[in-house]
Amino acid sequence: MVIHEDPYDVAPVRLVAPDGTAVGDTDVGLKPDELRDLLRLMILSRRLDRECMALQRQGELTVYPPFEGQEAAQVGSAFALEPDDFVFPSFRELAAAIVRGVDVVEYLQYHRGTWHGGPYDPIASRFAPICVPVATQIVHAVGWAMGAKLDRLPVCSLAYFGDGATSEGDFHEAANMAAVFGAPAILFCQNNGWAISVPLREQAAGPIHTRAEGYGMPGVLVDGNDVLAVYSVTRAAAERARAGEGPTLIEALTYRMGPHSTADDATKYRSADEVKRWRERDPIDRYLKHLLASGAADESFVADCEDEAKEWVADVRAGITSLGPPPVDELFGFAYVEPPESLERDRRSSTEAPDG
Amino acid sequence: MAEYTMVAALNAALRDAMAKDPRTLVFGEDVGELGGVYRVTEGLQREFGSERVFNTPIAEAGIAGICVGLSLAGWRPVAEMQFDGFSYPALDQIVSHIAKYRNRTRGRTSMPIVIRIPSFGGIRGKEHHGESPETYYAHTAGLKVVVPSGALDAYRLLSLAIADPDPVIFLEPKSRYWAKEQGELAVDGPRMGRAWVRREGEACTLVTYGAMVTRCLEAAEVLARERVSCRVLDLRSLVPLDLDTLAESVRKTGRVVVVHEAPRTLGMGAEIAARIMEEAFDYLEAPVLRVTGYDVPYPPAALEQRYLPSVERITSAVRRVVSY
Ligand SMILES: Cc1ncc(C[n+]2csc(CCOP(=O)(O)OP(=O)(O)O)c2C)c(N)n1
Ligand SMILES: [Mg+2]
Repeated sequence: MVIHEDPYDVAPVRLVAPDGTAVGDTDVGLKPDELRDLLRLMILSRRLDRECMALQRQGELTVYPPFEGQEAAQVGSAFALEPDDFVFPSFRELAAAIVRGVDVVEYLQYHRGTWHGGPYDPIASRFAPICVPVATQIVHAVGWAMGAKLDRLPVCSLAYFGDGATSEGDFHEAANMAAVFGAPAILFCQNNGWAISVPLREQAAGPIHTRAEGYGMPGVLVDGNDVLAVYSVTRAAAERARAGEGPTLIEALTYRMGPHSTADDATKYRSADEVKRWRERDPIDRYLKHLLASGAADESFVADCEDEAKEWVADVRAGITSLGPPPVDELFGFAYVEPPESLERDRRSSTEAPDG
Repeated sequence: MAEYTMVAALNAALRDAMAKDPRTLVFGEDVGELGGVYRVTEGLQREFGSERVFNTPIAEAGIAGICVGLSLAGWRPVAEMQFDGFSYPALDQIVSHIAKYRNRTRGRTSMPIVIRIPSFGGIRGKEHHGESPETYYAHTAGLKVVVPSGALDAYRLLSLAIADPDPVIFLEPKSRYWAKEQGELAVDGPRMGRAWVRREGEACTLVTYGAMVTRCLEAAEVLARERVSCRVLDLRSLVPLDLDTLAESVRKTGRVVVVHEAPRTLGMGAEIAARIMEEAFDYLEAPVLRVTGYDVPYPPAALEQRYLPSVERITSAVRRVVSY
């Protein structure tokens, strides 16, 4: 059985141990309210993720890909970005979307089956549409970063992708181009040990972060369940990018506690024991212990977060369940700025005679 | 009067577009100092600098993929695929993203991208240098697909494609790259999405595009000597198809032969024949015939003229429909 916790000989960057004790310099430049906000966002994310699982089981969402266990990797990295930076997610980054302030009801329309991509405004929210073709979004992030560099803007892009995505040609093309063009991009790999049912060792024979050297950029291995460590390495990569020093590859070691998606049965390919060992490394428990011990947060703050989460999740549920299908006219509305005349004719005949 | 090759006309269109809009970028394999393997981008890097005209690594998916990010960042990418047969690695990015992005974002983004692909055969090329990839793109909703047939219209179409708000696949008929045309370069004239009647005639319409326009004009010349007068319709735009001009041609001539280099099965000829049935069946005097490449991989140089529609194959198809 693969023991994914420590896939490599080298130790990842870690500031807080799984039991909550500091093992590195935890002064990562965040103010106390920001430190608390990290916890709050992780709690909100987990509550919404669990609600989405419930919504799916109740038939209110189509297939849903849960991210439980990956909250620190997503919240820590997204929190390290500035408002004008641009995120290119794959399909499991709802927590990052929450941090970025994306309208989550619009985001969840993707999983509701009412609009592909999610109809939120990607430009205003600096968050690209959900991207399912594995690894393709990494290239977009590099292109965006190249464009920002041409404009001499002090910004960066961040692409999220999984361990499985590193097997795709697009990962290679994106990494190589990012380095060749000195693009201000962060290639953020959430290595959760599995690509559906395929374990890391069947996906790649060597580490992911060390490939960076071959591309000519720094590679960082970080404990993806340590939110402060993730924040700190992402912040450094963003500063590097903004300073014109080019891209960074970050490999965050984490674990998805749930199935690949609601259509998956993870018990078919991994042991309960492995899942249990990762439960002991839970990113929220760890950070909570750390904050309580350091005095940055107390039990009442946690209770407030839980209350806020409960109310917010109920609002999101109400928003989702009230969503009906978009008007049929919209089937035709967006494919082109200037639609072909034949498509206009199809639109007219389809809306005038819906059964015809 | 001035005289231009298609390469020179395309080069001028790129230069004028870059001068007009400082957000226009040109990139691809070897497009920098070399000016591209066909020299279409010659001199552009010197003129506009290596930030706006640049070589990329040999990474077609990457080239198409960065177009998406650059568009989101407000640039207008004009990317070159080096050859038709090597554009296939880019298909996923084009089909899954470039074509769909606007729709996926409910019109909140657009992809004003041009992907230029030197295409089609007839140059005694090596394997992978004679492909007709048009239907892959024409079958993908969200894209426009255009094919110029001569130098002057190549200037016009590329200028229009770069100005177009939708993604355009721009297929350049390599065998016409060095053919000269006399006249002035101008954007005025037929717009995007309009077909162009290259020769008037009453007996039959030859519907075609790209390098086959010239071949159809030659065939029309031969047929004229037999007192069979052919209309030659240069489609220019495969998406959208100019259904009005197509229907008008059927009404006028009652007979149609479609000519293209691509293999017959599910080629543009199939679509055009079907559209004619839908739009103008009552005016047809004979079945629509197709003169096309065969359903085999593009052949080596020694056989390519047996593969490509010849004047003889075109004239004999016209004789068949006219005597139907
Ligand atoms: C190009 C492509 N191939 C296959 C799939 C089907 N698929 C969806 S997710 C996935 C596994 C991805 O694994 P990883 O990159 O590790 O991300 P994770 O699911 O662990 O977040 C696969 C094979 C896909 N979406 N895209
Ligand atoms: Mg994975």
